[in-house]
Amino acid sequence: MKVIKILGTGCMKCEKLEQSARKAAEEMGIEFTIEKVKDLNKIMDYGVMMTPALVVDDEVKSVGKILDPDEIKKYLK
Amino acid sequence: MSSCNCGNSNLTIIYSCSGAADLGSLSDLSARKLRDDKVGSMSCLAAVGAGLSGFIESAKAADKCITIDGCAVACAKKKLESIGISSKSFVLTEMGYEKGNTAVNEKTVSEAVSKIKTNICG
Repeated sequence: MKVIKILGTGCMKCEKLEQSARKAAEEMGIEFTIEKVKDLNKIMDYGVMMTPALVVDDEVKSVGKILDPDEIKKYLK
Repeated sequence: MSSCNCGNSNLTIIYSCSGAADLGSLSDLSARKLRDDKVGSMSCLAAVGAGLSGFIESAKAADKCITIDGCAVACAKKKLESIGISSKSFVLTEMGYEKGNTAVNEKTVSEAVSKIKTNICG
């Protein structure tokens, strides 16, 4: 089970990153959960200084980027 | 980060060595003053050293990283280099400050910050 988190306050870029992550996980056929983290204090706890950020199993994989599903798949293996 | 900053294209992050000597203290206070003056955001070198992924990925995502080291050992600069990041480096001993013989006070902080600001571009 992969635990995916999207860090960001909910703007379009955060939404796009979430959509890409969901598509990547679905195409890979893996079990996953996606949680949106909008609380700035929680985002800062990760040390993230620019959003959106992608977190997989509590490890920050990218900061400040909208990744496409193929880019995200390498983080879900 | 005080609000949504998605797409922020001008992220500058400031790191200080914050070492044990007087110049480590001066590096730390100078970094904080630069942050307060809106030159950039400040982040924790210790967290980068500890390998915390959010801090490392943030450093990689920044448009510019500034390191302020007290002495030529240049721990902050070298730590960022170890993860593949080049920084705009300031070393206080190369700016005229003597390790072990520098008073750390408002005047020296203000002076160091002024010198850094003057040379921050390029």
